[in-house]
Amino acid sequence: MGIPMTFVPPDFVSVMPEIFVLSMACAVLVIDVFLKDEQRGITFGLCQLTLLGALLLTLIGYGTDTTVTFNGHFIRDAMGDVLKVGIYVAIAMVLLFSRDYLIARGIHRGEYYVLALLGVLGMMVMVSAASFLTAYLGLELLSLSLYALVAFDRDNAQCSEAAMKYFVLGALASGMLLYGISMIYGTTGSLDLRVVAGAAIENRDGSLLPALGVAFLVVGLAFKLGAVPFHMWLPDVYQGAPTSVTLYVGSAPKLAAFALLMRILVEGLGGLESDWQQMLIVLSVLSIAVGNVIAIAQTNIKRMLAYSTISHVGFILLGIIAGTADGYSAAMFYALTYVLTTVGSFGIIILAGRSGCEVENIQDLRGLNDRSPWFAFLMLVMMMSTAGIPFLVGFYAKFAVLMAIVNVGMVGLAVYAVVLSVVGAFYYLRVVKVMYFDKSEDSIPILAALDTKIVIGANGLILILLGLYPTGLMGVCISALQ
Amino acid sequence: MLSELPILSLVIWLPILGGAAVLFVGDENSAAARRLALVVACATFAVSLPLWTAFDGTTALMQFEELWPWIPAFSVNYHLGIDGFSMPLILLTAFMTVIVVIAGWEVVQYRVAQYLAAFLIMEGLMIGVFASLDAMLFYVFFEAMLIPMFLIIGIWGGPRRVYATIKFFLYTFFGSVFMLIALLYMYFKSGSFEIIGFHALKLSMSEQILIFLAFVMAFAVKVPMWPVHTWLPDAHVEAPTGGSVILAAITLKIGGYGFVRFALPITPDAAAHLDWLILTMSLVAVVYIGLVALVQQDMKKLIAYSSIAHMGFVTLGFFLIFGIMRSTGSVNGAVMGIQGGMIQMVSHGFISGAMFLCVGVLYDRVHSRQIKDYGGVVNTMPMFAAFMVLFGLANSGLPGTSGFVGEFLVILSSFKSSFWIAFLAALTLILGAAYTLWLIKRVVFGDIGNKHVAELQDVNVREFCMLALLAIAVLILGIWPAPLVDVMNPTVENLVRHIIVSKI
Repeated sequence: MGIPMTFVPPDFVSVMPEIFVLSMACAVLVIDVFLKDEQRGITFGLCQLTLLGALLLTLIGYGTDTTVTFNGHFIRDAMGDVLKVGIYVAIAMVLLFSRDYLIARGIHRGEYYVLALLGVLGMMVMVSAASFLTAYLGLELLSLSLYALVAFDRDNAQCSEAAMKYFVLGALASGMLLYGISMIYGTTGSLDLRVVAGAAIENRDGSLLPALGVAFLVVGLAFKLGAVPFHMWLPDVYQGAPTSVTLYVGSAPKLAAFALLMRILVEGLGGLESDWQQMLIVLSVLSIAVGNVIAIAQTNIKRMLAYSTISHVGFILLGIIAGTADGYSAAMFYALTYVLTTVGSFGIIILAGRSGCEVENIQDLRGLNDRSPWFAFLMLVMMMSTAGIPFLVGFYAKFAVLMAIVNVGMVGLAVYAVVLSVVGAFYYLRVVKVMYFDKSEDSIPILAALDTKIVIGANGLILILLGLYPTGLMGVCISALQ
Repeated sequence: MLSELPILSLVIWLPILGGAAVLFVGDENSAAARRLALVVACATFAVSLPLWTAFDGTTALMQFEELWPWIPAFSVNYHLGIDGFSMPLILLTAFMTVIVVIAGWEVVQYRVAQYLAAFLIMEGLMIGVFASLDAMLFYVFFEAMLIPMFLIIGIWGGPRRVYATIKFFLYTFFGSVFMLIALLYMYFKSGSFEIIGFHALKLSMSEQILIFLAFVMAFAVKVPMWPVHTWLPDAHVEAPTGGSVILAAITLKIGGYGFVRFALPITPDAAAHLDWLILTMSLVAVVYIGLVALVQQDMKKLIAYSSIAHMGFVTLGFFLIFGIMRSTGSVNGAVMGIQGGMIQMVSHGFISGAMFLCVGVLYDRVHSRQIKDYGGVVNTMPMFAAFMVLFGLANSGLPGTSGFVGEFLVILSSFKSSFWIAFLAALTLILGAAYTLWLIKRVVFGDIGNKHVAELQDVNVREFCMLALLAIAVLILGIWPAPLVDVMNPTVENLVRHIIVSKI
């Protein structure tokens, strides 16, 4: 066989962030055991420190050349670094918004933080996967943490139900993915994505096996992303999970899933692009339509945002469908800004809950402008950004993706996407309507910790600033994918 | 020295930042918020004046240009500049915002700071639309305008405000997304988003037709032209007075402006090919909507329909050019049509704004917009009646008021195109006079209709000032329109010369 059997010591420097997060997760697990419930703040602080440390470690390596190590299983490159930074920031915010929520519901336990950190590690591994094996390992580490997190409020029947659904469907998706991997392995004889990339083109003619493998892989990935018609789990999980977990599920994992798509389909199976491009077009077209149309009928705000997520997944896929560097960076820009917006909007949903009465339905947000003009304004910014109205960053995300697909001549697809985003605008407007035009029966002011207020305010302002001057982030995305 | 200052940027961002400042003052300090908003609006108007005084009316070139890279990845530039089309509209915007701030002074009591901030931000965005020379920048301003107007109608509007504002938002949003695709397409053809570059871009007939239709979708909704006008009566009726004023005076003009800035110069061949479509839509607006206005019971609805009819005149004037070129080949006739349309836009900005303010003055006192709830207002409010009659006459196109100039030029040039177009267009003078004067008769004159009218107080100083300012503007423009015509003339001639050359 062509694989040399000599031992090459791995390059530990490029894996430092992963090693750090793993050790800290273990440390937090141990330390937390000795803490009383009132001292849980220490666990929280340690988690934030972990994320900060990982951020620094990643930034140190940023800008250096791509390294592939661990016998071709692990890759550290600019795209991975940018996405990891996005993951750290998103999860840091998630944990911050979660804290008060968990305390208020009496489920402020250390396991939440440990699972969150392990999930982060899973995402990091996914982002840096250079072979099917690491990709799968990362995915499972993330998924298992998420299953447990969804069921975190274990006495709540709805949570358990959501976790069950998520677990069963997630396991099915993993099965599909593994099946696809095995077929690709069967044709190319390697798990290493770069070897696969070389072999995929050679074995293209005649055999149906690679195409079938791609089909299974796409199905598995579509499950994880929540693209139609593999989206059934998503609304149920969003609605059933505790809001802080919904926030987790809806944010950073999308970045990891995007990375997985890039690694497996673009980098690994780029030679079979004509096969997966067709499938992605179908997925994207369906996701944009189903997501936007069904969201209109939702009264539960978490469910509505779930369908909105589905439609955004469709947009992210559009960028990948374009199949150009522009398209990939547009999709990455879209994913990053989507995560930023989602974290903010769920953050406000958490904050706007009155003590003992969570925001479940869109109606529960009514009169938010009377309760707190500032938070209502922030939510307005988030909703308008997701709807794609300028001067907010969501507009440029849509714009960049549309530009990429018009550039490759898919004008019809672009028209289709913009028409449905008009349909989508309706349900974001409804949230604004409820906040601004309807009156609340009471005007309980919103109580939040100072740090939460600052972060959520900064989040909203960033959306505006990026909307006024998107060049910086866009430049990062473009240079990361060159 | 003046030319070195980035005046256009100032005029755009001063009200937007001022609006943010007003927001921070907060609804609790409503007095301070009002004062600050007035200062910002007046300052913006003052800053915009040099655009007129230092404007070179002998050239069609862009002036006061500012060019910075904005999103280099997509070659989108922050490119501002004005010519004879945009300069009057920018001044109109700055002027009307001052009026609107005064109009809402003590009338609006709920969330004062948010109300004023929305109008100031709206002002900056609208000026941005007029001043953009980069298509993406234009589009961004164009779309961003939706948010403040959505909130203005939705928060401070009437009982059916939610329906009206969502309808307004979705109609305009839907219209504009096609334009986005058209702009992207042209970007890939020309390699930049420069509007002036698009003007010179060679496009085949089939491309032109699709792009033209995309523009028509965007701008016809905004104007609004029949049959996509149905959002306007709803929005106007439900909007607060200030919202109606801005909607009628400025945002409708953005649709008309879009035609002369984009649709005509970028796709002249498609426009020539499909001019019958726009002419038909305009004539239907002029005649049919005029008839619809006649039967309205609600004052605001009546004025809203009258706006649609008058804007039909604007689009008529813009698209007469092809008929004139075909039948007589006279460039002067074509110039006259476009000039008439432009003057009609500016004049309608003043008149429709004034009419809505008049209704607002009555509504604040009686809280009804129904015509039947009034009658004999002249007996209790003589000063107000004088203003309303003046604006009513201007609305029906009486010579000596600004309403006459534009309509006269358009009808004159339509004679060079075809007798029947001229005949139908001239009908508007009769219809316009009929519905406006009948409205005046029923509301202002006659015996005192009921006890509400008997208790009416005449206009106070604030209301007098804002109506007087508008009355002066209407009269000056009517008696001496030459400055406005001169300022626009080179730009209009340049446009006509550009349009009559095929791009295929």
